[in-house]
Order: sequence, then structure tokens, then C-alpha cells
Amino acid sequence: MKLEDRTVLITGGSRGLGAAMARRFASLGAKIAIAARASHSLEEVAASIRGVGGRAQAFTYDAVDPDGGHRLAGEVAVTFGPVDLLIHNASTLGPVPLVPMLETDASDFERALRVNAIAPLRLTQAVAGSMALRGGGTIVAISSDAAHAAYPTWGAYGASKAALELCMRTLAVELEGTGVRILIVDPGEMDTQMHAEAVPDAHRGDLADPGDVAAAIARLVAAGSTPNGARVEVSGLREVA
Amino acid sequence: MLPAHGPRDRAVRLLAIDPLDGSLSLGWPADLPALLAPGDLVVMNDAATVPASLMGRTTSGDPIELRLTSGSSITADRTSSFLVVLFGAGDWRTPTEHRPPPPRLAPGDRLWFEASLSAVVEAVDVRSPRLCEVRFEAVGADLWRRIYRAGRPIQYAHLRSPLRLQDAQNPAAGRPVAVEAPSAGRFLHAAALRGLSRAGIRVASLTHAAGLSSTGDPVIDALLPLPEVYDLPEATVAAIDGARQRGGRIVAIGTTVVRALEGNLLEHGALRPGPGVTDLRIGPGYAPRIADALVSGLHARAESHFDVMSAFAPPSLCDEALDVAEREGLQNHEFGDLCIVVPRAPSRARPSLLPASPRLRPIRHGNGAARQIPTGASGVAIPSL
Repeated sequence: MKLEDRTVLITGGSRGLGAAMARRFASLGAKIAIAARASHSLEEVAASIRGVGGRAQAFTYDAVDPDGGHRLAGEVAVTFGPVDLLIHNASTLGPVPLVPMLETDASDFERALRVNAIAPLRLTQAVAGSMALRGGGTIVAISSDAAHAAYPTWGAYGASKAALELCMRTLAVELEGTGVRILIVDPGEMDTQMHAEAVPDAHRGDLADPGDVAAAIARLVAAGSTPNGARVEVSGLREVA
Repeated sequence: MLPAHGPRDRAVRLLAIDPLDGSLSLGWPADLPALLAPGDLVVMNDAATVPASLMGRTTSGDPIELRLTSGSSITADRTSSFLVVLFGAGDWRTPTEHRPPPPRLAPGDRLWFEASLSAVVEAVDVRSPRLCEVRFEAVGADLWRRIYRAGRPIQYAHLRSPLRLQDAQNPAAGRPVAVEAPSAGRFLHAAALRGLSRAGIRVASLTHAAGLSSTGDPVIDALLPLPEVYDLPEATVAAIDGARQRGGRIVAIGTTVVRALEGNLLEHGALRPGPGVTDLRIGPGYAPRIADALVSGLHARAESHFDVMSAFAPPSLCDEALDVAEREGLQNHEFGDLCIVVPRAPSRARPSLLPASPRLRPIRHGNGAARQIPTGASGVAIPSL
């Protein structure tokens, strides 16, 4: 996928991997829409991209608002045109420190499902039909190995990411032949605020730089050779690059 | 015929009307590929619907509802002035024809909405106090962010519950320029597009800013549809030309597609890609030169959509089709059932309509008779203020 002049929508773009991807895709000439709950850092990321000559706009987006996805898709399309690349990056761990499944409050699990699985589905519903009509588009879902492995205390988050992955794989099958490509990316462990909240005693030197991961994801999207519906681990990508 | 009460009430039906042999058949939207043939081209409107209804107040506190008559600009300029229709107290549950007019307004008066959005009245039309030009006190992306927060889609009194923004979108919609959904494209979700493609039927799109369908004010309704902007992509012009040369039929999904294509052709003498404005009204006796078939919602005889349908089939057949639809329990309005007017016999190859074409020859119909070529637009003026 050629990224120049394309509309790229990244949820959760105010920090960590989302902000790194915003900067990376902007440097490749894309028009960047970053969406997250209203915050100073969200505006700052957009302003810093504009400051170096890129095109970026911050959009206030609440993932649990049932109308949020269609509103966001509309606002982005008015500003930059229909979305060509959608990256589901916004995600919640739930309350930290993480607690075992037996102690997980069901309402926290519900919220994890809403933010991590249902909101991406809604946003996909708002943009994928237009991509199919235009004969192309890429949707990337940022996931986690917790979607597959049973890590103690990561149950609610992992189950919500498993739901996200199966939604995306089903969408990939349903959209086969329309030109829309869906990719699931496991970025591995990164040196981000979210990781620090989940694993406070992690050794930062062992964690990947979100900027490197963003670069790997940009190469993956630009190459366009990964099959629709594939799940990609970013550590593998870095070896290839 | 009864109106459909909501977007998810029941499965939509498709009534097929053959204008050549007068046959009518009833099926489902999924039957569309079977009604068409390889080489045919489906042209759809990719306009998304903006939240064009804004509830607000005047400076003295009187409640009003403002409805935009047009969405965001196709050419991405920074317009903040809009032609709008205003209502007084009340909400969508009251049919628009029973809604009171807004309080008396004059140029300079301000209107206040949610999301810190405000507007200044610039002019009030002499024909109806409901028709005004306003200037929002925000511009560009900032204006639309506020409108998406303060507004919601235009509502219909026959619905059971209020429409959400997603209810007013067609599945393949991508460009937010319409104030009401071009609802004939409601059934063309990604799987339907894939079904057409597998049947050898190509799909192309254009963007047409569908405007208000009715306001309940007879003075304003007589002006509808107002001139509407559209954008005709180069790829769509090429696809139309290719299909025609192969003998394929051009299937317009919705009356907005017919207006854009026919309006463009009338203005330029040949299809010319790019943005445009059309004030074309299509009715019985108008012979469409681009579109061979039309997919449309079912509409009452007095509505302009019915007039467009009557340009594709004899009015007596359209009448009969509406009677059949009623007998079969079909429903009308935005979320109702659909019809397709399509001649079964494939057309034969026809001359190019590209501007580069050396000359424009008369189009021949299936029975060999020359079709009447219209000579001018009907000339509905933009309401003067």
C-alpha cells in the first residue's frame, strides 16, 4: 500500500505505540488522524507532527460510546477523506495492578470487551464498506500474545484480545475478494506506559522501542504482501527488516 | 402503503419491474446479480450522511431545530454559510407539516447549539420564514467536529425510535456530504459488492450530496430537490464508457446517481469527470441517456422519486407496480422495500460518451426506436434570499 496522501486513522494515538505509528506514517506522507479521549498529549502529538511539516489532526474519541465509531469515521472523512488505513491500537488493561480471573469484577471484564473488541468492530463497520467499494484498504488490529496464552492475572485483557482477533479473522474471511486486507499484529513487549502499569518490575532494557515497532508495522503495511487475515509477530518482522 | 418503522425491522424485499414486457416479480436484494448480466455496471452513490439536525435555541431562549440542506463540501473548501430549514418548538415525533415555524428571526440574530456551536442568521427568505441562510461561527474541520457533536441525523416521524448516526449510513458510504441517506444503496454491503463482482458485474461509484427530501412546508417542498453538488470520478466515467461499448447496462443505485449522471451529460454534452452541480428534475417523458436501470425505494405517487422511476418505465406500469407492492404488503420510505426497473433484454453496444469521442450519436433503445434526447435542464433556481 502506497502511504503518501493516504488517510490513516490510529486509535489510542496519544502515547506509546499509537503516537510512534502516527509519527512514522506521517513521515511517509500520510494524513494522520489520531483518536483518543481528550487530552493534552493527544493534541501535542498532532501538533508535533505538524511542526515538522506533516499532516495530522487529533480527534476526541471515546471507545465505549456506541455512536463514537461512526462519528469518528465521519469527522475524519470530512477532514482528510475516507480512511485508507485503520489501526485499532486503543486498548485497556482494566484496573491495575492486574488481578486473578476469580477476583476480576465482571464490569471490568465488560469494559475490556467494549474497548478492546466491540469498539474496533464498530469502527471497522464504519469504514470497511467504503474500503470495499473503493477496492482497497488495510485494517490492522494491535493484539497481544495474551490472546492465546493463559497468563495469570491477564485473563480479562487476554480474553478481550482473543475476541478481537476472532472478530478480525472472521471479517478477513468475509471481506476476502473485496480488496480489503485485515492484519493482526502482536507487537511484543514494548517500553510503554501501558507495559509499565501491567508489569511494574520489568527490565526496560529487555523491552522494544515503540518507534522500532512502528517502523516495522509501517514496512509491513507498505509492502502489502502479508495475506489477508494473517497474524504477524513483530519480533519476526524485525529480523526480516 | 405503510412506511417501514425502523432500520432493522425486517428483511427488505426487491420488486423487479421490466419496462419492456411490463412484467413484475418480487424477490430480495440478493437477487440483484440474477436480474443483471455479466458486463453490466452498477453505479452507486458513496455519500455518507452528516448529522444535519441541530437542536438549539435563539438568544431569547426559544427552542428551534435547524436542518442543513447540504452537507460538507465535496471540494473541501472552508464554507461556514449554509442554507438551512428551521422549525420551532417540538421534535421529530411531530410530523414536519405540523411543526410550528421558528420564532420571527432577522439578519444578525444568533442561534445557539451544543458543543459551543453558534450561528448568525444572514438572511430570511421572503417566501418562507423557515428558509434561512446562516453562518456558523466556526470553520473547516473545527466546524464539522462541532456539528458531529451537536447534531444527529435528520429524523422521521414515522419511525418508532430515533435514528442513530450509524442508522443513517449506507454500508459502503465514505464521504460525508449528504443530509439524508441515499437509501437505495442500503443493501450494498461488502458481501453484496463481492456477489456482484463474482457475477461479472462491475461496481463504480460517484458522490452526490443528497439533500432534504421534504420539509413539511409546501413553499419549500415545491423547490425540492434543491441544486445538489456531485463528484464524478474519472474511473467511473471510464467504467460507464467501457460497459456501454461492451453492450452492458448501466444500473443506477438511487435517484441521486441518475441526477448526477444525467445532469453532467446535459451540462457538458458528454460525461466529464470532476465536481459539478445539478438542478435537473427528472420525470415522466424524460429519457435517461446514461442509466438503463434504476434501483430505488418505493415512493408515493406525489414524490419526486416516483417521478424519476416514471422516467424508466411507463407511468401506468409504475402505478401498477405500486398497487402490487401494496397488495404484497411492501413498505415505503427510507427503510422500506426496494424496486428495480430493469429491461431484461441486454442492450447492444453503444457509442462512447467520453468527451474524447469524435461525435455523439443518438442512443438506440432495445426495440430500435430512437430515444428522445432532452435539450435542457428544468432550471430550478437556488432559492433567492
